[in-house]
Amino acid sequence: MADHATVLSIDGLSVNFGGLKALNKVNLELRKGEVLGLIGPNGAGKTTVFNALSGIVPPAEGTLELFGKKVQWPKPHQLVHRGIARTLQGVGLFPDLTVSENVMLGANHLARTGLTQSFLGLTRKDEAALRNRAQAALERVYAGSVSERRADTLSYPDTKRVSIARALISEPKILLLDEPAGGLSAQDIEWFNALVGNLKSVTSIIIVEHHMDVVMSICDRISVLNFGEVIASGSKEEVRSNPAVIEAYLGSHAGDKKR
Amino acid sequence: MRQFFSTILIGITLGSIYSLMALALVLVWRSTRVVNFAQAGQAIFSTYIGYEMMVRTGNFWFSLLIAIIIGSLLGAGVEYFFMRTLFKHADDGPVAALAPVIATLGLLGVIRSVVGMIWGNEYRSFASPVSTDNFVVAGATIPFSRLNVLVIVGAALVMIAFSIIFQRTNLGLALRASAFQPEIARLAGIRVGPIRTIGWTFAGGAGAVAGVLVTPNDILSPNSLDTLLVFGFVAAVIGGLESLPGAVVGGMVLGIGIAFILNYVSTTLIFPAVFVVLLLSLVIKPNGIFGSKKVRNA
Repeated sequence: MADHATVLSIDGLSVNFGGLKALNKVNLELRKGEVLGLIGPNGAGKTTVFNALSGIVPPAEGTLELFGKKVQWPKPHQLVHRGIARTLQGVGLFPDLTVSENVMLGANHLARTGLTQSFLGLTRKDEAALRNRAQAALERVYAGSVSERRADTLSYPDTKRVSIARALISEPKILLLDEPAGGLSAQDIEWFNALVGNLKSVTSIIIVEHHMDVVMSICDRISVLNFGEVIASGSKEEVRSNPAVIEAYLGSHAGDKKR
Repeated sequence: MRQFFSTILIGITLGSIYSLMALALVLVWRSTRVVNFAQAGQAIFSTYIGYEMMVRTGNFWFSLLIAIIIGSLLGAGVEYFFMRTLFKHADDGPVAALAPVIATLGLLGVIRSVVGMIWGNEYRSFASPVSTDNFVVAGATIPFSRLNVLVIVGAALVMIAFSIIFQRTNLGLALRASAFQPEIARLAGIRVGPIRTIGWTFAGGAGAVAGVLVTPNDILSPNSLDTLLVFGFVAAVIGGLESLPGAVVGGMVLGIGIAFILNYVSTTLIFPAVFVVLLLSLVIKPNGIFGSKKVRNA
């Protein structure tokens, strides 16, 4: 059972893709102000957990509790309304929109979009406020200077920054980061680690990441998935020393990833 | 020289109408990835409603307003009642994936038949709200009237309104985002379904304006806007299918090109020339003037 400090609790989540069981009775718990690492080999089901949480794939079974209340699994457009924001593995920026517009979309639900209101110009105030929020979110990730550029002209590290800014603009209580450090340089990773450290005071984070340096330096707890099942969960030390984890995942990397 | 400028002016008038139809097609394509062949049917139905209002009230502007409202509602209805159901089955197979486009062809036939049943197939006319007398400049008559000015100004106002909505409002931002990456738009909190309906609503309204503006210069019959659909489609393709400015530029290029063929070559060559332009545009610049490969694949 989730205690009052638990912001998100998944109990017995299963997801099927046809005959394939992608997730099998997965339990996860995210506590307020913590960074939970979700790791596992390729195909273990990490992104599927995010997809189920985001309403992209329907759960076959399982329950979800948010902030101590049992809730229905959200539909994609309801996610931000429930205080959750997500970044995507493939970054997912809109290439023909400006950086600022991309970020504004992350809080689109905070501005009026009615047809009549838009025609009458009643939404102008909302849009101006949203633009200011977007700029603030971009500055937070040190990308304020690229706000008016088209997204398809950005460098890869900048697209990562912008995708995080888009998640931050809605001031989420829970942040789901899907491989945020992939493709980043050592310098960018240093910046990213510092950012996550700062964010912990305002949000709780689940991070799916292959980069073990990042996981070990920023996560408070780790859950390990293998073949759609949680095989270990606990502190970094507990997970590191878990024989099942060593066998399934860390063990195969131990030699080349001596970190 | 006078003939040259007259040709340009006629070209801009034709181009304005083609741009409006192209704009309607682009709006639907952008919001749902469907080439809406029913657009001509929706526009003709709205234009007949405008005609009916003209007969009853004699007020062109009121008739235009009612036509726009009916056209917009019809656009929304087609998306909501037909397209949504078809989209749900789009992943069921190759035919199901094409079903929405095929359905728009069927819908074009149905709407035309309904219009024929209600108003008959005989030609009707639509009185112009302004003078159709050609202007006289420096003692010479040029084939350009107040009605042509009205068409250009009317089409320009619609385009400016769309441009403001798309570029300056949060609704426009949601419309642009939903078109390219609906899943990501949903994750950002956008309800893509209603946003798509709004795209079809705008398109229906734009088609109604095109129908009502073009008819005083032409005749009205259940299939009198079919040519406009073809030219609007060619204009949209020239402009890149994705781009609203592209639709306007494509319409203008086509309108001016047709005016030159009309005045300097032969009326009979208009259709072959339009299709040659379509083929050349696809071969030379398949993504159109304003289209980019990256955006199309997004």
